[in-house]
Amino acid sequence: MTTPATPQAHQQAPDAGPPGPYESPIPIRPATLGDAVASEWTKIRSVRATIWTLGVMVVLMLTIGLGTALLVATDGGTLANDPVLGLGFFGVLLGSICVITLGVLTIGSEYSTGMIRTTLTACPSRGRVLAAKAIVFSSLAFTVTTVTATVVAGLQNLILDGAPASADDWLRGTVGIGLYIAALGLLALGIGAIVRHSAGAITIMIGVVLLPLVLALFMFADSLRGVQRFLIDYSIPNQIGGLYGTTMTSTGPSGWEPLLLMLCVAAAALGGAVAILNRRDV
Amino acid sequence: MIEAVGLTKRYGVKTAVDDLSFQVRPGAVTGFLGPNGSGKSTTMRMILGLDRPTAGHVTIGGHPYRDLPNAPRQVGALLDAKGVHGGRTARNHLLSLAQLAGIPAARVDEVLGVVGLQDVAKQRSRGFSLGMGQRLGIAAALLGDPQVLLFDEPVNGLDPEGIHWVRNLMKALAAEGRTVFVSSHLMSEMALTADHLIVIGRGRLLSDMSVTDFISANSADFARVRVPDDRPEERQKLTASLIEAGGRVMTEPGGALRVTGLPLPRISELAHGCDVRLWELSPHQASLEEAYMRLTQGLVDYRSTEDAKAGLVEPPPQDAYGSTDGYAHPEPVEVPQEGWYAPPAPVPGRSPAPAALPSPAPAAEPSSAAPAGEQTSKDLR
Repeated sequence: MTTPATPQAHQQAPDAGPPGPYESPIPIRPATLGDAVASEWTKIRSVRATIWTLGVMVVLMLTIGLGTALLVATDGGTLANDPVLGLGFFGVLLGSICVITLGVLTIGSEYSTGMIRTTLTACPSRGRVLAAKAIVFSSLAFTVTTVTATVVAGLQNLILDGAPASADDWLRGTVGIGLYIAALGLLALGIGAIVRHSAGAITIMIGVVLLPLVLALFMFADSLRGVQRFLIDYSIPNQIGGLYGTTMTSTGPSGWEPLLLMLCVAAAALGGAVAILNRRDV
Repeated sequence: MIEAVGLTKRYGVKTAVDDLSFQVRPGAVTGFLGPNGSGKSTTMRMILGLDRPTAGHVTIGGHPYRDLPNAPRQVGALLDAKGVHGGRTARNHLLSLAQLAGIPAARVDEVLGVVGLQDVAKQRSRGFSLGMGQRLGIAAALLGDPQVLLFDEPVNGLDPEGIHWVRNLMKALAAEGRTVFVSSHLMSEMALTADHLIVIGRGRLLSDMSVTDFISANSADFARVRVPDDRPEERQKLTASLIEAGGRVMTEPGGALRVTGLPLPRISELAHGCDVRLWELSPHQASLEEAYMRLTQGLVDYRSTEDAKAGLVEPPPQDAYGSTDGYAHPEPVEVPQEGWYAPPAPVPGRSPAPAALPSPAPAAEPSSAAPAGEQTSKDLR
């Protein structure tokens, strides 16, 4: 049956051959994780949320980093015993909220717009979709955070003199921070995939970052001393401080430990998300 | 080929799809009909592996969707027009889907041309009208040039030109040997597009047959016979004669007779034989819409109630019965009259249907593909 169609329909069906199983002339090749990564890159670069969140983060890190350095410089000029690197802490702490938001939105916006059904129809493998999102988002977050942290650290060291920092200190204060923030973002991505609701997931993540310290503030009782200590030690601000070598306590994770810890937590969240996505109706 | 076997989906205590078994064959447009909330979309989602059936299974080409090799190259789907991130441009939306499925990027511009969105390809889809969104969804379904196509309510929000285009597109796709599965709640639309019909109500299979079979199984043809109003004795004479000849006769409120089981020429001969003049002798066919309404009657979840302000308007004159539009009245004769007329709800509930019809109807006239046509009331007056 060759129904006289609109010109568009003719384009679609130039050769209505004898009815048999339809074979597409476009070569068929199996889609891979690489294809999914390319797709996620297209997605993440084509929405405004990416520019907004990462842009705000860069601005926050630069202004706060430079602001603190200039403040110290006008106040006295040097940090007697501490490495100057540690001043980057405040900007990173605030910037992490932006990365968390982007991480949640990477998956949450798919649920809020219904895009997730289109995506999972085009790629039925939930694991591959989530892996591609994790790879693209974490690479982007890592790059932006590392570059910004490095620039801030460099500028702060130009402005101020402080205790000498080793190469390992520098590595932790730049690449380490980039990796840690990317891992924190991956945790947000996993939480976003599990709760499927952007606002809810962002709120949960902000709670995860801030609540332990706030709770610890109110634990005056002696019997709670141990819990208070634990909450402070393992709170995310203290972990970031650990990477900079400026922890509030001496018992918490230090050196590269916070990064390992956060990578494990993020991996667990993403693993759980894949398991749930595989079982749950979309 | 889509094959569902004992497909069941329960959400808590509510059964959305109940033991549904059907096959969708290639080379034809298969219509999937049911009232709102009858489980059409749930079934579509289960076909695509988005929802997990509570029991039973559904396969495409012998595989469950999620185990299908190169799924997006074999199956394309329009689920709902809003499966799109509004902040992304139409082209980027399709590009991301093409990349995900390993489809060459050049195909994106092809399908944008096919659906006629090439001029707005660089615009964010948030600003799209319902019809443009629908076209974008159709473009996404066509992206992989797939063997199997699923469309959930594809004509929603389209203008008459768009509806005509979708209808021809479906037929062209089926003519290429593809499997085309289209859901709709508009029987009139399906009558023009589909070759085969699967009708469900409350998640259960009501009918699975070709459109032609559906018409003959569900049509209720009758002849309306009217004799001069001032001659009741002639009417009785004719009635007796018709019944004697093997016809079934019912009386309509307006005084006309509704005759089944006799061809029109025979009725004319009988009238002539008993010397009765006729004011009207007209053939009537139940439309598919009516057959469908009858089939799904009682299985409609969301039924409008009678509007209370009905009491404020003057009742229509009684003899308006035969001369109002064709949709409201021709009743299926096999069904007891009470079954159709007693519940007050269906008639007002149906009023949206004729309103929705005019767009398909004009296009239907020239199209030879409409087997039964729209309808019906071929009154000769």
